Amino acid sequence: MTDALKVAATRAPLQRLSWRAGPSARFAAEFAASPVAVAALALALTLALLAIFANFITPQNPYDLAQLDIMEGMHPPGASNFDGSKTYHLGTDQQGRDMLSAIVFGLRMSLGVGALSTVIALTLGMSVGVLAAYFGGKVDAAIMRVVDLQLSFPAILVALILLAVLGKGVDKVIIALIIVQWAYYARTVRGTALVERRKEYIEAAACLALSHRRIVFRHLLPNCLPPLIVVATVQVANAIALEATLSFLGVGVPITEPSLGLLIANGYDYMLSGKYWISFFPGVALLVTIVAINLVGDQLRDILNPRLKR
Amino acid sequence: MLVYLLRRLGQSLFVVAAMAVLVFVGVYAIGNPIDIMISPDAGQAEMEAAIARLGLDKPMWEQFFIFIQNALQGDLGRSFVYSTDALGLILSKLPATLELAFLALLFAVFLGVPLGMIAGLKPNSIAGKTIMAGSIMGFSLPNFWQGMMLILLFAVIFKVLPSGGRGDTVQVFGVGLSFLTLDGLSHMLLPAVNLALFKTSLVIRLARAGTREASLQDYVKFARAKGLAPRRIVLVHILKNILIPVVTVLGLELGNMIAFAVVTETVFAWPGMGKLLIDSIQLLDRPVVVAYLMLTVIMFIIINLAVDMLYCVLDPRVRLSEARA
Repeated sequence: MTDALKVAATRAPLQRLSWRAGPSARFAAEFAASPVAVAALALALTLALLAIFANFITPQNPYDLAQLDIMEGMHPPGASNFDGSKTYHLGTDQQGRDMLSAIVFGLRMSLGVGALSTVIALTLGMSVGVLAAYFGGKVDAAIMRVVDLQLSFPAILVALILLAVLGKGVDKVIIALIIVQWAYYARTVRGTALVERRKEYIEAAACLALSHRRIVFRHLLPNCLPPLIVVATVQVANAIALEATLSFLGVGVPITEPSLGLLIANGYDYMLSGKYWISFFPGVALLVTIVAINLVGDQLRDILNPRLKR
Repeated sequence: MLVYLLRRLGQSLFVVAAMAVLVFVGVYAIGNPIDIMISPDAGQAEMEAAIARLGLDKPMWEQFFIFIQNALQGDLGRSFVYSTDALGLILSKLPATLELAFLALLFAVFLGVPLGMIAGLKPNSIAGKTIMAGSIMGFSLPNFWQGMMLILLFAVIFKVLPSGGRGDTVQVFGVGLSFLTLDGLSHMLLPAVNLALFKTSLVIRLARAGTREASLQDYVKFARAKGLAPRRIVLVHILKNILIPVVTVLGLELGNMIAFAVVTETVFAWPGMGKLLIDSIQLLDRPVVVAYLMLTVIMFIIINLAVDMLYCVLDPRVRLSEARA
């Protein structure tokens, strides 16, 4: 009972906002109701900024071989270099790479691959799904059969098949992640679009003799977006985890452009001799990234789910 | 029902055929295994003899035709590296993978169900909240990193468990099994925990949702009104009813676990099918890669077909909608 009162009390200002302010302000206010989600969003944005500006903030460019000194290899965290001019806060790997710099660059790779593949898969899956729902009939049946078929296999298996076929490389990983993900979006958007299609505004648009293209992409699609946003957020995290797993298995990104997963794999051999830092810190970075994105996704789901609307 | 079954079988055959083309063409188009398998100072004659022996001198369509012909007879080619029958090689690694998957499944059930029930019975208690936070972590932790941290903790720092390998095995009907020896069990523990963590988190969520729903049902209220001990209500009335979804989902997830075993086996150097696949991809051992992928695809198709048939038998609504389609 007291719980219910407390909830009502915190929601009261929200409701006042809801009819005065625009939808985006209301959305922001609802999101801010959970401090954990706000912190997670701030963390995710910080990580994204770190990744974007990696070149300017890291003490070393881990790809520039001229900056690496093999004599500086395998320093534990907090150790200084030979003349004491630099401190390796997270240690160095076997080639004398500063782990902190390598992690920030790895983060750039992981986030970049995850975000890019999600955006492309989202566009592709969204278009296919909304077309299936709008036209129905045989087009719908054929598309959804392919979607069902693909979703009946685990994502990691599909990705392994594709990479065994395509070979290694950043572009190939992105292609594999797109193919793995598109079906989720197609299924999600189709479900929503089937409901939206029967509503009056679509009928009205059809009565105005607007073109199919205009009805689908200007009227139907925008109204199917909310559940897609939730799926896309969670999928970015899944894509990052999957890419890390594939790179760890040695079928993902090439060794010259390590992502977080490959950094972890590089430390595997040294872990058994107690040199934990090469694998440990990239793993923490990966975990923090995934948890932050998932928490944002959870909150978005709560806000955008009409069943939980009070 | 029969029409539905036939239609599904036809579809499944089509998928297998499509996969065969995709996998074969893809896998055979990458790299040249000759570079890896023959020492660079081998003479031209030796090289050509090896190429002819492996059948790599024939055009690709002919190789594919031979592959299909042999595959229909249950022969998926010979491993370039081990020089044995690829299918037999994979099947010889199957017991190790299955053993691991089953132990992980046991962990998932016997840890997940009780924890999920506690979280479902007392959702606002500290224990309940801790369990749910733990299950979110279980979903987010990258599987391979979590495995490496298990090794770091238990094998490197505390030195209580081995870091990899399979340990002593006992031969049962000609199949080596690890879980019958103490040494084998100690080798299995970490990989099984690693493989189980994700599923345990899933079972916790299922059991929690089921418990919360079942606690509100009339039969639980009635049992309470009869004056039954809370212990009996939880262990008999609620437990039985939440097991149905848990068992269904876990049955479906067993295939998933075999696919995910690729990661666990690589981390713990467990000599199963998954590790064989990864090693074969690195060594360009094409027949093994093709055979593994075909075998797994067929396995999944059979699982999916069986599940659909089962639903069809159990749920009249599915039968009706399929009959109309």
